Amino acid sequence: MTTKYYYGDFGESGSGEITANNKKNVGIHSDAAGHDWPLWEVFIRSKQGLDHKHMGSLHATDAQMAIENARDVYTRRMEGVSIWVVESKHIHASNPDEAESLYDPANDKAYRHPTFYDLPDELKHM
Amino acid sequence: MKKDLISYTIHLADSALILGHRNSEWCGHGPVLEQDIAITNISLDLIGQARNFYQYAAQLTGNNTTEDTLAYLRDAREFKNCLLTELPNGDWAVTVLRQFFFSAYQYLLYQQLQHSSDTQLAAIAEKSLKEVTYHLRWSSEWVIRLGDGTSESRQRILNAIEDLWMFTGELFKPADYEIEATAKGFGVNAELLKNDWLQNIKAIFEEATLPVPDENAWMQTGGKTGSHTEHLGFILADMQFLQRTYPGCEW
Amino acid sequence: MPIHDLEKTFLDKIEREIKIEPRDWMPDAYRKNLVRQISQHAHSEIVGMLPEGNWITRAPSLKRKAILIAKAQDEAGHGLYLYSATETLGTSREETINDLHSGKAKYSSIFNYPTLCWADIGAIGWLVDGAAIINQVMLCRTSYGPYARAMVRICREESFHQRQGFEILLVLSRGSDEQKAMCQDALNRWWWPSLMMFGPRDSDSTHSDQSMKWKIKRMSNDELRQKFIDMIAEQVKVLGMTLPDPDLKWNAERKHYDFGEIDWAEFWNVVKGNGPCNKQRIEARTKAWDEGAWVREAAVAYAEKRKEKQPQTPKGALEAA
Repeated sequence: MTTKYYYGDFGESGSGEITANNKKNVGIHSDAAGHDWPLWEVFIRSKQGLDHKHMGSLHATDAQMAIENARDVYTRRMEGVSIWVVESKHIHASNPDEAESLYDPANDKAYRHPTFYDLPDELKHM
Repeated sequence: MKKDLISYTIHLADSALILGHRNSEWCGHGPVLEQDIAITNISLDLIGQARNFYQYAAQLTGNNTTEDTLAYLRDAREFKNCLLTELPNGDWAVTVLRQFFFSAYQYLLYQQLQHSSDTQLAAIAEKSLKEVTYHLRWSSEWVIRLGDGTSESRQRILNAIEDLWMFTGELFKPADYEIEATAKGFGVNAELLKNDWLQNIKAIFEEATLPVPDENAWMQTGGKTGSHTEHLGFILADMQFLQRTYPGCEW
Repeated sequence: MPIHDLEKTFLDKIEREIKIEPRDWMPDAYRKNLVRQISQHAHSEIVGMLPEGNWITRAPSLKRKAILIAKAQDEAGHGLYLYSATETLGTSREETINDLHSGKAKYSSIFNYPTLCWADIGAIGWLVDGAAIINQVMLCRTSYGPYARAMVRICREESFHQRQGFEILLVLSRGSDEQKAMCQDALNRWWWPSLMMFGPRDSDSTHSDQSMKWKIKRMSNDELRQKFIDMIAEQVKVLGMTLPDPDLKWNAERKHYDFGEIDWAEFWNVVKGNGPCNKQRIEARTKAWDEGAWVREAAVAYAEKRKEKQPQTPKGALEAA
């Protein structure tokens, strides 16, 4: 055996010399792909005063079901007081290849940060 | 007084436990992961309600009675759950319809019970009502979805109505201890819930484009007084097996 | 950017412990490796519900019943988080699940052993979840962002799983003679399979260790296994039970427990599908999936009908903005 297997990574079938003696065909439809319910991203406000935070995703047929599923899946331990869901296909993301042009310019604008300003210690509440 | 209060409380507990137990059979076998989790949540809520009622009944009973002696050491004839709750899960249509019928009833029941003269029952009802409100919403949506979904889902929910309808009448036919409970002010008059329940069923069925069965159809009864279907014995055989095989043990 | 530079940027990020995110460039092999590992991890959670779910209806007290249901439900949630992580890599949940049902994808072999008595539920919590947690804590630092975040959430939720398992065994170990025997019996049967959960010995591999290089995996099988054994060998003393390995003893020089040889023939056979329950586990999952098909279709059909009827603005959309 030359392949290294890890926890949560048990290799693919067909490798190795032992074969299962109970393999049988299971009814996988040939047109199997594309039946998943739409994918939704879930955002949860964990308590009043905080922003909604991305928690993960799930499948649901519509917004209402997505909110309910989010309640069942992501707030089993009282993690939230408010839920947003948005269908994943509606999320537009910036291109990571452009990260340099988008974010690096902010690097040399130290004057945007409060610590840039050297003020006397006597000055309070600023 | 106390005897009726105990019987009434155990009746509430039994129905919640048996339906919770049935729903828990779905855990790991649901039609889609999100709904596996949802039905399991409902199961946990119901078992939680049952425990609250049993603990109260045990306290009233005394003699070292506990929630577990009540759940695990009574035989089928002593169980007072409604027949509807013990019916097999069937397919998803049967399960969500059974939940819908029962949640719609529990919703009205707990709404009243939270004003019970018995502060314990009132408190448990108030807490449980929040859970049941969600169960009702969840199960209503599924009934609508299946009724107005595909032709297969429609046929399945029609079959489920056919199978379950005759078990709904019992919900509103009070047993003696319920009549006493109502008279003494700590229980809810189940008969008076029927109209609102029917209105709710009709509204949801209409949205689901489903026909409402005859409300005067012959109804099965007996669960509340210990005359059950054959299914309950098997539920208990499963549930009570360890407590029965190894009596007197801590677990 | 030429591939060469992309790869350099990628490796540089790995080197500097910067997480790789879904839209970042990554080598195909890294993506494939991740999809395989994460989906198999997900399958393990889902199949893992079955041996425990087996005892939900028979749990011996209402408290134990509620705990067991909550635990199995957590596993469904964990499977869901992990399937979501594979979806960020462009593999749909359905494809992933089909691979499980067809036998192409594996899951942790431990779940191909049967749960024969109540103590098995304790042993699974203590040993199997214990072994899983050791792996999962390490995986919180894995290089792929969505996987690492899923693992953080899972670890947070799993903290009660191992404790409840140990508590079940503790109660049994202080109970009647029959309960004590039940406890020992479960440990005897689950000890070796739980050691196998860490995979083959490091020395059995001549494969170049890409998973480590990419920091998908952060510690070797043997390191993790040793950590687990050292932990359990101490904890078992609290139970007053024994582990079924005559060679298990403290090695003062190594500062670790020595232990006996794992039955690797059994390991490979169970991995390849010849475990006691491989067949019934996959059948149970396939049955649930196939019997759920009409439910999933109905929900889609209804949602489409409703969309046609009323192009809806979901409630709360305005407040959200």
